[in-house]
Amino acid sequence: MIPNARVPFWRNQRVLRGVAQVVVAAAVLFLLYVLWFNVTNNMRARGVRTDFNFLDQPFGVRIAGSDLSPSAPVRSALLNGIRNTFALAIVGLPLLTILGVIVGVGRLSTNWLVAKISSAYVEILRNLPPLLVVIFAFQAVILRLPPARNPITPFGWFVISNLEFHVPGFRAGDNYRPFMMVMLVAVLLGAFLWWWRTRVHERTGTPHHRWLWSLGTVALVGAIAYLILDRPLTITLPHLEGRVVDGGYRGLGAFFAVVGALAFYTSSHVAEIVRGSILAVPKGQSEAASALALSGFQRLRFVVLPQAMRIALPPIINQYLNYVKNTSLAIAVGFAEVTLVAFQAIGNGQPAPQVVVLLMGSYLVFSLVISFLVNLYNRHLRIVTR
Amino acid sequence: MTTTASRPVAVLWMRRNLFSTPLNAFLTVVLGAGIVYLAYLLVRFLATSNFEILRVNLALFMVGSFPRAQLWRVVVAMLLLALMAGLAGGMLKAAARERSKEAGIRLAEVRGSRAVVGWLRRFWPLSLLVIAALALTRTLIPTLVVIAAVALLVASRWLGGRLGRIPRRVGWLSVALLPLGAYWILSASGLGWEDWGGFMLNIFLTIAGILFAFPIGVALALGRRSSLPVVRAFSIGYIELIRGVPLITLLLMAVFALGFFLPRDLRPGSVTRVLIVITAFEAAYIAEVVRGGLQSVPRGQSEAAQSLGLPGLKITRLIVLPQALRATIPAMVGQFISLFKDTTLVAIVGLGDVLAASSFANAQPAFNAQGLARITLPFVALAFWAGSFAMSREARRLERRLGIGER
Repeated sequence: MIPNARVPFWRNQRVLRGVAQVVVAAAVLFLLYVLWFNVTNNMRARGVRTDFNFLDQPFGVRIAGSDLSPSAPVRSALLNGIRNTFALAIVGLPLLTILGVIVGVGRLSTNWLVAKISSAYVEILRNLPPLLVVIFAFQAVILRLPPARNPITPFGWFVISNLEFHVPGFRAGDNYRPFMMVMLVAVLLGAFLWWWRTRVHERTGTPHHRWLWSLGTVALVGAIAYLILDRPLTITLPHLEGRVVDGGYRGLGAFFAVVGALAFYTSSHVAEIVRGSILAVPKGQSEAASALALSGFQRLRFVVLPQAMRIALPPIINQYLNYVKNTSLAIAVGFAEVTLVAFQAIGNGQPAPQVVVLLMGSYLVFSLVISFLVNLYNRHLRIVTR
Repeated sequence: MTTTASRPVAVLWMRRNLFSTPLNAFLTVVLGAGIVYLAYLLVRFLATSNFEILRVNLALFMVGSFPRAQLWRVVVAMLLLALMAGLAGGMLKAAARERSKEAGIRLAEVRGSRAVVGWLRRFWPLSLLVIAALALTRTLIPTLVVIAAVALLVASRWLGGRLGRIPRRVGWLSVALLPLGAYWILSASGLGWEDWGGFMLNIFLTIAGILFAFPIGVALALGRRSSLPVVRAFSIGYIELIRGVPLITLLLMAVFALGFFLPRDLRPGSVTRVLIVITAFEAAYIAEVVRGGLQSVPRGQSEAAQSLGLPGLKITRLIVLPQALRATIPAMVGQFISLFKDTTLVAIVGLGDVLAASSFANAQPAFNAQGLARITLPFVALAFWAGSFAMSREARRLERRLGIGER
């Protein structure tokens, strides 16, 4: 062997790795530079502004189902769109979870008919394009309802036409704000009691009765506050006053088409996840639980479901993300969520690159936050190997 | 003999599976009534609806505005693809037979009526679609074409199993050339993919999107697991950026803003733009699928390769990737299905795919404002459902065969 032999630099791992990274970084940066160069050049050539001042210009169209006037700035139109996207998410996510869990458990039912219907539900819905389901729900279901001048009123609780749905809602009374403050305090108190009972249970082994303590407190405080503050909140049912509907909450038919269609569609995926994760819990677990004389409910609640949850949670969160991204399909039925608003803004001559960047940015913020949390959770759950 | 044993089997079966507890009995009765009612609605829909809108526009649904005088090109392309599918299937089967012979296992041969039943069980969704479409045709020609295609499929499958003398590479190469031939037939004489439409466009976008995105996706997946921080950062950035936004926003960008990002003299048509965006979008998702496959390869594999003195690139190419990609086949089919369904989104940005054909048909003077979406949309839905369902079943079959998830 030659003394003082050194690895030549072209075979030195550290040099090679450094060079490779520099080359990749240079290539990517060059590509980005070319794109940037093209964008600025093209925009200047076409006389399109490159700043974000267009946000203060009037939007120009009336947004269906909102109180914004056409002269409202683009900024508030986009914010209105984001709010509508949130509304789609808040109504749809619980709905699809409930549907998905019912159908997923139904597929494992011992009842042959229930199992078959559940699997037909899954196999039909998850093999359809979501856009098609949304458009079908709107054109073939919502639009075929009676017109607004002649709506139907099922149970006297709803007023439904092909334009708008009216559902029961709350109406704020005089002492609405103080009541909400009291409820907030009650919920915080309930959370504290939950934590305290858990600690007591872990230290001494006495039964925790967490649900009883915290929900009981919230209900008790709420009831007392409700009586003292003289009905701060009343339930109103929508009813017809001539041609106008009064009371309750209203939503556009398109909103319910999107929520319904996407909740059905996404629930078929959630059902598969639920079924798969229950099946993935080893059989020995529930057999061992039986051997310890746990009842059927206890077996499910304390042995099978906690383990199934661990498996199911990350993919279900993924489906939530998919649902939120799919709400952009509302564009096909004219519901003014953020994508449609952006689309209209571009159609009214606002600069496309900036609008698209804002649109993608608003979805990205949401997705990145969720996916960051999922990754944290995943790291926490991962079984440690070498 | 006890009384239960003397009862008919059906009654016993119903007792055990439908009426075992009061709750189950209740569910059975309620859901059974619901199913009967749904079946009645379906029969009434099929019996009383007028399907004229589909009959008149069948070509629009299938190929969009493709010149009607050139439809023979579609037929030839279809036959070529049938030939390819048959040959590939036959060759795969021959390879499997050879492997099992080497391993000393005799594969059970299914023949005759049982084979036909097996095929029907496998392909009934697709058969349903084909029969529904053929029932809407007004001449015999499409039926004859379909029969010819099926015959060609069966014949070439038989042939593919008996190509033993030809070296395997030559065989696969010629199989791979057939779709290129189909593409050439479809695009010759001044027609490009910009002129395609209808269901054909959806299928084309799916296949081309996956094919183009696959190499990029594999590179991104390797990049994400690379030990070089810069490469990893760029890969993660790209993947998370794309996966964080809905496809429709990217398609909007393709139509309205892609022109800004390209040099001024480059003006691709709308199908090309959409294809670029679909490729970029799919690459990120394929990267995640491949990453899953890479994670499933035990670390011992690359450690063993290292101990044999293989250089890094060779370890990836010869040891890790083959095992990883094999494990990703089912997930890749899933990705393929989801892209297939997502191709309907191109209708929103103004391409003439099958969903757009549905709204064109509904806007025709003869069918306008009659609420005929309730007829055209289920037809489109049947096309996508049959394709996706058949593919997902095949994926599951393949998964069982490859024994993925069992080792």
